[in-house]
Amino acid sequence: MAEALQQLVLDTLDARSTIEDTRSLTIPGQSAPATSQEDQITILGALNSLLSREMIVYETHENLSHVLTPEGSQIVELGSHEARVWAALPAKGEGSPITPLQLKKQVGDETAKVGQGRAFKNGWIGKEGDGLVKIVLNIQDATQVDLREIASTGTLNEGEKVLGDLRKRKLIVQRKGQWFTVNKGSNFSTSTAKPETDLTVDMLTSGTWKSSTFKKYNFDAEGVPTTGGALHPLLKVREEIRNIFLEMGFAEMPTSSFVESGFWCFDALFVPQQHPARDLQDTFYLSDPKEALPPEPDYYKRVSTVHEHGGFGSTGYRAPWSHEESSKLLLRTHTTASSAHMLYKLAAKCRGEDVEGDAGEFAHGSSTTGDGPDDGFRPAKLFSIDRVFRNETMDATHLAEFHQVEGVVADRNLTLADLIGFMRVFFKKMGIEKVRFKPAYNPYTEPSLEIFAFHPMLDRWVEVGNSGMFRPEMLEPMGFPKDVRVHGWGLSLERPTMIRYGINNIRTLVGHKVSIEGIENSPAVMF
Amino acid sequence: MPTISVDKADLWERLGQEFSTEEFDQLLFEYGLELDEDTTAEVEAAIKAGLPAERPQLKIEVPANRYDLVCIEGIARALRIFLQKAEPPQYRLVYPPGGESEILTMTISPEVKKVRPLFACAILRNVKFTPRSYASFIDLQDKLHQNIGRRRQLVSIGTHDLDTLKAPFRYEAQPPKDIKFVPLNKDTAYTAEELMTVYESDKHLSKYLHIIRDSPVYPIIYDSMDRVLSMPPIINSEHSKITLNTRNIFIDVTATDQTKLDIVVNIVATLFSEYCEDPYTIEPVKIILPDGSTRISPDLSERHTTARASYVNSCTGLNLSASEVSTLLQRMALRSTVSPSNPDELLVRIPATRPDIFHECDIMEDAAIAYGFNKLPHKFPATSTVAQPLAISKLSDIVRQEWALAGWVEVLPLILCSHEENFEFLNHVDDAKTAVKIANPKSLEFQVVRTTLLPGLLKTIRENRSHALPIKIFETADVVFKDTSRERQARNVRHAAAVWCNKTAGFEIVHGMLNRAMKMLEIPLIGNTDQKAETGYYIKESTDPVYFPGRAATIYYRPPPAKGGNTSTNIKEGMKTALYAQCDMEIGSLGILHPTVLANFEIGYPCSALEFTLEPFKKNMNKIWTNDD
Repeated sequence: MAEALQQLVLDTLDARSTIEDTRSLTIPGQSAPATSQEDQITILGALNSLLSREMIVYETHENLSHVLTPEGSQIVELGSHEARVWAALPAKGEGSPITPLQLKKQVGDETAKVGQGRAFKNGWIGKEGDGLVKIVLNIQDATQVDLREIASTGTLNEGEKVLGDLRKRKLIVQRKGQWFTVNKGSNFSTSTAKPETDLTVDMLTSGTWKSSTFKKYNFDAEGVPTTGGALHPLLKVREEIRNIFLEMGFAEMPTSSFVESGFWCFDALFVPQQHPARDLQDTFYLSDPKEALPPEPDYYKRVSTVHEHGGFGSTGYRAPWSHEESSKLLLRTHTTASSAHMLYKLAAKCRGEDVEGDAGEFAHGSSTTGDGPDDGFRPAKLFSIDRVFRNETMDATHLAEFHQVEGVVADRNLTLADLIGFMRVFFKKMGIEKVRFKPAYNPYTEPSLEIFAFHPMLDRWVEVGNSGMFRPEMLEPMGFPKDVRVHGWGLSLERPTMIRYGINNIRTLVGHKVSIEGIENSPAVMF
Repeated sequence: MPTISVDKADLWERLGQEFSTEEFDQLLFEYGLELDEDTTAEVEAAIKAGLPAERPQLKIEVPANRYDLVCIEGIARALRIFLQKAEPPQYRLVYPPGGESEILTMTISPEVKKVRPLFACAILRNVKFTPRSYASFIDLQDKLHQNIGRRRQLVSIGTHDLDTLKAPFRYEAQPPKDIKFVPLNKDTAYTAEELMTVYESDKHLSKYLHIIRDSPVYPIIYDSMDRVLSMPPIINSEHSKITLNTRNIFIDVTATDQTKLDIVVNIVATLFSEYCEDPYTIEPVKIILPDGSTRISPDLSERHTTARASYVNSCTGLNLSASEVSTLLQRMALRSTVSPSNPDELLVRIPATRPDIFHECDIMEDAAIAYGFNKLPHKFPATSTVAQPLAISKLSDIVRQEWALAGWVEVLPLILCSHEENFEFLNHVDDAKTAVKIANPKSLEFQVVRTTLLPGLLKTIRENRSHALPIKIFETADVVFKDTSRERQARNVRHAAAVWCNKTAGFEIVHGMLNRAMKMLEIPLIGNTDQKAETGYYIKESTDPVYFPGRAATIYYRPPPAKGGNTSTNIKEGMKTALYAQCDMEIGSLGILHPTVLANFEIGYPCSALEFTLEPFKKNMNKIWTNDD
């Protein structure tokens, strides 16, 4: 039917070039013009389909029409209440009159009640004794006639007065309707062949692509969502920062030891044994295994001596040394523990030790920085990004574990100005242009600097990292020559990631409560 | 880092100038302090609303090693000197009018060795307190107790109205039942034994009881009339308490650590000596030690050390003369003069207030702070090196990429988990040889370091119930195993794991993930009865209670034979292949998760899991100077 109707529209247009009023059309299979609203809705479907192919254009007109209520429809079928009352009564003198009670039984309560009054008023019936009789032999049921007209045309020639009366009697209701004026579209043709939606292999083989018409593509709609995997947003930022280090010539340090000893995590770094960071409240200690094997004895001795009694130009902490404290196993609180271990290895040749695999050694750093005889020192630039642990109570900005980004540069005669200059470049590569440096305290670096970046959104300076030059009390016991200086700096990976993705609660970034959908929809990272 | 609250108007008065918040923030920043908060706006709002308001305060964060900055007296003194509005003060020991012979004495009993061996003291004469300076004095003691004193464990301070006492004094240790006095803010006398019970319910003091409770003797300080001054580190006596009207103050400090003892007595005495009629003077006390020797306390002598301008320059990147460095150091309260014998060398005098200076590098840092970190020339290290990633990182990234390309989502659960999640929930028994355990977790979530990636993946699925099925997630990260052969008694191992969750369990799906990873790593699939293949991997049915019976398999890997072996050609073919198979190692497992495991993790859908170690597939990277961890 739909296609026949479309064909009718096209044929009519072909013949008349315009359809002024779609109510004049007769829908195929029907006998009368499509004056009802239902018919117009059917026609609209056909028009829209043709419009999408640009075969036609149309204008919409609105009108008001009337439709019958169920009671009105009943009247069209059975006659008005008064007509039904009249029909139920005997003609005057032609039988015994019917009492109102009998009438109710015959035509029903409602009809009897409404119909009696109107039939009297119309002068169709009269009283005889206790009963009722017809007093005319023929009646004209105007209500039924009017409603019939409304049912077929939606309106009444007689006009608004009668319509108003019928509305009051709840026999009809008003309804908004539409009708249309149709004209030819840019692709007008009388053929209703369906346009193609896509180019297919069949078209290519048969060559029909040449003659086919194609449905207009909706460029406003979104494409089909892709299926596929996703990498975690924090690790996308990790990769970006790793790349910054690699671009700047850094070698990645092994950090595969979450478990550290008090010695490597603190003592080797010249962190005093009574430092608050070593408290049970801040650091996870192990119950099993509990104690580390001793480090290399000479080095251990040098470290414990510089703490307890001083040396290498330092007074030391002059506090009692506890071997127990030093050998306690713990979860590393910073990756600087790994860096300390790496620096100790870097100094092996300076200590006069043979380094395994020396022959095939890959020159990470150039060997020609010293003026004097080769003391075995090679410069190094090292980095790591890995997990660290703090015995914290979790909240929106703290987890018991997070990732630390750490960089180390070791060379002769490095200066504080070099460190600050380097930090400016490093942070610039992370997209942070405006930085400033605050003197700070850190037990293993001197000078120590906190790095502050201006946050344009927050309109204030925020701390983004820590840096410093490792203390001689840390480097010289390892065996480094006095002129070797080592820069170190660290920042958390979570913080720049939270800023990058506008995340306020760290638990929505790391841990099992993270939404998988969130991971799937995290944008790529380009600093 | 301690945060110090100072009265704003008082500070401006001491600095002789008012600052805007920005100016003051900048000044503190340069010095290495941080302005946390300025309560002025808050106070003004309270006044406007007719509410009671305190005077505006500035909250300042000070570095943890600068005990001389933990009160307004110290901060104002340091900033005045930094702003070149004052010279560093000269702290002096001043004997009583009658000279050294009139010095008060304190005799230390040998018994104190058993509980709190070290003692120091000092006297401030003709002090005039105001309510605010009095409050600051009390607050300073509290700050020192908490920080350097490690909650009175290492050091504690008592202060007394000297005019209520009569020297000579004695520092002794006695059984608690023999000690009896009226403690501060009480009106009846208690024995030390009783005090331990009385203070049990005291919110403030109960924290310190453990320091001496179990000792057979308690430390106690008496005057010549056997009146108690204090019972360190718990409480002073009511008798000798200081008030706003106290003019002569006796400070006692007891400790278990000599260095910290000296620091604390010097800080308290020097900072508050500014309120003495003769500012910056301190009256010493003669301490008679158990062996009969004596010493004068406090020891305020300056430490003499040297610093070279060349060293300062080589560390900072500046080019300053020794006298320029000296001027910078003066602003940091370090007096120095250029050595008469060496124009590069400065003779530096470190005052008793600066125990944070250990080494020439600390002096160098002070010079750099005075110069201004942000004014240093822009330089860049010339260090030339070759970049290199870690082998394990590269390997891990390959698996991550390939699995993500295969349509799986990477998740990042925590490394710490509960004992149950790592063992019982997976139907595994803890053999006590595998997992590293934490002694002091604040929550049950952090009892062990995971030995498998499964708990985190399963918890992630549990928390993502609303995600459309199937859920396909993976993680490549470290687990930790005990390892008694290593210094740290543990080792990290890089694992790769994936879990599939759908209406059907899908063993073949995770199996496909294994095949895909191996294909990308160019590890051939070999038959599980193949003895001849040189290298490859295969899976073999196994039983593991974490998996559904009959739907579990172990993954085996046969590493390639070591290159350069010279014996293989001489061995018969059969022998050789037998050797290959001998090297097969278990690298992981896969299977349909057991319904009880799913129930433990509150997952309502069937799941299959895959987990294996990546360690055998690490490529040897170029050696730099070491290639192992």
